[in-house]
Amino acid sequence: MSDGSMTIGAAVAPTGTTRRTLPAHGSRRTHAAYALVTPAAALMLVMLLGPLAGVIALSFTDYQLGAPQFAWIGLANYQDLFADKVFWTALRNTLAYVVIVVPGAVIAGLAIALLIQSGTSLRSLYRTIYFLPVMATLIAMAVVWEFMLHPQFGLVNGMLRGAGLPAFAWLQDRSTALYALCAIGIWQAVGFNMVLFLAGLVSIPKQLYEAAEIDGASSGWARFRLVTWPMLGPVTTFVVVISGIRSFQVFDTVHVLTKGGPSKSTEVLIHSMYTEGFEFFRSGYAAAITVVFLVFVLLLTLIKSRLADRGVHYT
Amino acid sequence: MAQIELSAIRKSFDGTDVLKGIDFRIADGEFISLVGPSGCGKSTLLRIIAGLEPQNSGEVHIDGRPVDGIRPSARNLAMVFQSYALYPHLSAFDNIAVPLRMRRLSAIERLPLLGALLPGRRAKERHIRADIEGIAEQLDITPLLRRKPGQLSGGQRQRVAVGRAMVREPLAFLFDEPLSNLDAKLRVHMRAELAELHRRLKATFVYVTHDQAEAMTMSSRIAVMMGGELIQAGTPAEIYNEPGDIRVAEFIGSPKINVLPGRIRKDGGVDVLGTTLKLTCNAAAGDCRIAVRPERIELGTGPFSGTVVHLENLGAEAFVHLAVEGTGSRLIARLADVRHLPAMASSVAFGFASDAVRMFDPAGKRIELRVEQAERVREPAHV
Repeated sequence: MSDGSMTIGAAVAPTGTTRRTLPAHGSRRTHAAYALVTPAAALMLVMLLGPLAGVIALSFTDYQLGAPQFAWIGLANYQDLFADKVFWTALRNTLAYVVIVVPGAVIAGLAIALLIQSGTSLRSLYRTIYFLPVMATLIAMAVVWEFMLHPQFGLVNGMLRGAGLPAFAWLQDRSTALYALCAIGIWQAVGFNMVLFLAGLVSIPKQLYEAAEIDGASSGWARFRLVTWPMLGPVTTFVVVISGIRSFQVFDTVHVLTKGGPSKSTEVLIHSMYTEGFEFFRSGYAAAITVVFLVFVLLLTLIKSRLADRGVHYT
Repeated sequence: MAQIELSAIRKSFDGTDVLKGIDFRIADGEFISLVGPSGCGKSTLLRIIAGLEPQNSGEVHIDGRPVDGIRPSARNLAMVFQSYALYPHLSAFDNIAVPLRMRRLSAIERLPLLGALLPGRRAKERHIRADIEGIAEQLDITPLLRRKPGQLSGGQRQRVAVGRAMVREPLAFLFDEPLSNLDAKLRVHMRAELAELHRRLKATFVYVTHDQAEAMTMSSRIAVMMGGELIQAGTPAEIYNEPGDIRVAEFIGSPKINVLPGRIRKDGGVDVLGTTLKLTCNAAAGDCRIAVRPERIELGTGPFSGTVVHLENLGAEAFVHLAVEGTGSRLIARLADVRHLPAMASSVAFGFASDAVRMFDPAGKRIELRVEQAERVREPAHV
């Protein structure tokens, strides 16, 4: 507001006097504006930016949890980090996890939402069933999954054997452990995505489908392409970014089920951070991992705001 | 270009009968308006014609061919929705292109990237572009083609929606209250445009509206619906002058037709407000209702008198609200000459010509009248 009035005033009145009075008036308003922003800014500083700056600062030190003093060591933590094979394994595993879980959870969530939406009865029952994993504690659910995936008496292998297929030691095998975790990750994220997609589907005007039908979009696929998918654009962007960020944060299943093993095949960023920071007490090093993690999350957020700016808005 | 025939269409939602057996034939090239108050089933009937709603019983024939069970997309009808239902993510051009692309391109050709590589796609797109540009020119929306619906005004969206309907040359156009979201001035303008469009295309138009002015001004025929029944169909003049039912008489015309309580005597004479009218009928003696249009009420002379309780001067015409003395009846007279308005609260004599009277029985059905003389009911009749 004040910006606008100042520019207009300056453009309209070329005389020096008015120009001198305007900034005074403007600065008074600026003071008020700053005063009003202060509480929120202070909160943000204390709760978000402060800790963030703290973590970044910590990553330049050799601080160890509980140590009486620390020294600034510059980029040494990062040098160690980038030289460490475990870090690269963790990063690769995390990215693989994200690349598998995000499309899986988004597509499955959308498919289930479409099925529930097109169904006539038991809608709320299905909704509840698919939403259960979101409400349940993942740690507790991980224990259930451990039983399900048990090589000898697990349900999954039992079913595979019943179908005459070879069984796997899912979580104990290097080649399958990460994919087993991905499956659990998808299972856990699907419900949340489904609820978001359902909300998006409900808000699509029915008349658009009727118009599509009249316009000749007779197949379900044609109507999906013409109406559903574009109208879900904003929801989809949001769901992809949220799933992406949550997948980057994967920790609980890894910690409970595999501890990053076997032989680091399921080591992921946050788990590395946890082991370094809370088991080996190398807080500075853990902070450096956190910063790397934050860079990825920030990237995702930037992509999202870029997409949002590009106009997925409709009136 | 098609004729549409409806026979014994019935429809109920959750046990409520919305349509109670509609029989109607729409001729080729006709501009037919379905009018009626909210909830009379006119939109449902249109949706049944379009195929968006299945009827419980009855048949719809388009050009003699039964279309029941045929998908809306296969009926080759175009529909303009009240909300326009434009695809918000597509430009005006692409919106208009949708029906053409859906029909002329195969599913594979419509695929975003792969489709563009197919050999036939380019030529087809060229034809589509040419068609759309022709339509845009007719509707005067060429400069708007690249805009998205969100960047268009109500009237512009309306035109794009009409363009989308026109572009594929459908058998008939269905309009579902297309002007009700526009402001009053634009509505009057679009009314003229739609009527002109109909004259130019000579296609069958089925137009649903609750606005009797739209129906009166545009249609070649009006079908009045009430409570799930089609009460009367006819040209606008017929509907206005010769309503077959008191509900039709009251619904069509603004301000509303004046209705006065009357009585049919044994000899067929009619008394109203203590005066005998110079007309007779063959109906049985008993109560009846006398209806006279506001413009047929003549102020200044006549056997009746009333007090002016309200005046509405619209500039070109004026409406005088009268409370009839000695009864609780109110009526409205239209004055073409606003320079000589009666004063508020003054007593005014009024009368009406015998041929202005439409009479209805207590059930609302029209009673035919015989005018005794062409003379006007001015003096109290001597019985």
